[in-house]
Amino acid sequence: MTMELQQSLEYAAPEVRSRVRPFAAPDDVRSEPRFVRIGIIALATAFLSVFVVLPLVVVFAQAFSKGVSAYFAALSDPEALSAIRLTLLVAAISVSLNLVFGVIAAWAIAKFEFSGKTALVTLIDLPFSVSPVISGLVFVLLFGAQGYWGPWLQSHNIHVLFALPGIALATSFVTFPFVARALIPLMQEQGTQEEEAAISLGASGLQTFFRVTLPNIKWGVLYGVLLCNARAMGEFGAVSVVSGHVRGETNTMPLLVEILYNEYQFVSSFAIASLLAMLALITLIAKTMLERHIDEEELPHDD
Amino acid sequence: MKRRSTLPGFGLSLGLTLTWLSIIVLIPLAALFLKTFELSPDQFWNILTSRRTLNALKISFGLAFAAALVNLVMGTIIVWALVRYRFPGRRLFDAIVDIPFALPTAVAGVALTSLFAEKGWLGAPLAAIGIKVAFTPVGIFIAMVFIGIPFVVRTVQPVLIDLDPEIEEAAASLGANRWHTVSKVILPSLIPALLTGLALAFARAVGEYGSVIFIAGNLPNVSEIAPLLIVIRLSEFRYADATAIAVVMLVASFLIIFVVNRLQRWAQTRVPAH
Repeated sequence: MTMELQQSLEYAAPEVRSRVRPFAAPDDVRSEPRFVRIGIIALATAFLSVFVVLPLVVVFAQAFSKGVSAYFAALSDPEALSAIRLTLLVAAISVSLNLVFGVIAAWAIAKFEFSGKTALVTLIDLPFSVSPVISGLVFVLLFGAQGYWGPWLQSHNIHVLFALPGIALATSFVTFPFVARALIPLMQEQGTQEEEAAISLGASGLQTFFRVTLPNIKWGVLYGVLLCNARAMGEFGAVSVVSGHVRGETNTMPLLVEILYNEYQFVSSFAIASLLAMLALITLIAKTMLERHIDEEELPHDD
Repeated sequence: MKRRSTLPGFGLSLGLTLTWLSIIVLIPLAALFLKTFELSPDQFWNILTSRRTLNALKISFGLAFAAALVNLVMGTIIVWALVRYRFPGRRLFDAIVDIPFALPTAVAGVALTSLFAEKGWLGAPLAAIGIKVAFTPVGIFIAMVFIGIPFVVRTVQPVLIDLDPEIEEAAASLGANRWHTVSKVILPSLIPALLTGLALAFARAVGEYGSVIFIAGNLPNVSEIAPLLIVIRLSEFRYADATAIAVVMLVASFLIIFVVNRLQRWAQTRVPAH
């Protein structure tokens, strides 16, 4: 019934439609009574304020609860500094690995047709739906003392678990899909015409990629790197399982937040947490700005 | 349409993709399943049906489902306010929805705990009326609600934005009142997106670790979630126990992925003809 009416409206001449409109003035029929509107807005904003804004405010309130000097003293503690260094190093490793992989995977998936593509995309997405603890556990099963390759590694004195390689591996696992996910829809949208033109004009594959494809997807690449980095720096569960919590050595910032909190050093714990919260806020702001650029990238190039 | 691409690098890029995917994701996940096959069926069954494991799984799955339902209802209300109404701060609240995605889980965990602890900003007034949140199952539920909010909002939002306004106008001009238009015309067309959001929020909450363990209290059989039990078993070097629990949770998340894929296919087939 409604479908029929909808279709008859679509096929109707413009002047007919304008005659129908007055009976169905969009503002009136497409909105609710005033008190319902106010109620829904109040409920939505109250819920978001209590559940999302307040926890964020608490982080900063606790971090500065003993004053600014206590805050900076907590951040310049050697243990804090070593956690910050390790976090930056791990993020640098896993983001660059996943950046290279993500671009290559997106090239294969977006620019070519092949069977099993949907399955491949599902597999790339897999780490998103695995519990962080399990993401760490699988590496313990591979590299741990009782794991498949543990004894061999031990006899060759190679440390993977409870050391940097294990932390980097677990972080790469949980951040695996970000760059590929950001690029695949964007590159599919853009099609292959520009690249085909470049190839037919004699450009090599790499030239085509760096001169034609990359300029078209640069904001998308940045978007993927941004989200990948935020998750890499903030990952807790997976890293917690593989880190071994060696103080001053294998603690990343989120792990140090936990340790200090459990030792009732609340100012120090929330000071580190406030750095991570700022990272989240900056990421969100940058993400919003990038989304605007990406909308422009998706538009077909007319020039 | 499906003509062969003349672009170079297909074999190389697909090969590198599959290699890297295998090294980082597939081989590690396969190790989990291989380890499980080292257990005899009896062993596997005994681990899973032990009281502590059963309770941990019950707590994780039960509370995650309850939290996902709350997210479904509140997410729908939030989406409606963000898409349909204009109010001061709307764009800010729209951006705020993503905070549970972006905030590291450990930070969310300590923040929620301090907020809902007996002397916290929200914990104190709640304690005054006799509700204890932190270090009880209620705390687990609160943390799961927190991390699930963006899933429902971000899946339903684009669908509600794209909804053809003429359908509503047609319903109204045929004499349906607003409540009937919303409940009989708009909500049914949102169902695939709503269910997808529900499934994604549920999946995230079941496996959640960082934001839950601080506020949970972690009392065995009462407020101990399954991911924490995995960590505890690992620290006790009871690898078999950790593996068995992990496999159950992994299979559950595979099932959810399957359901979500199905839901998305369903959503695609019922897009109204424009």
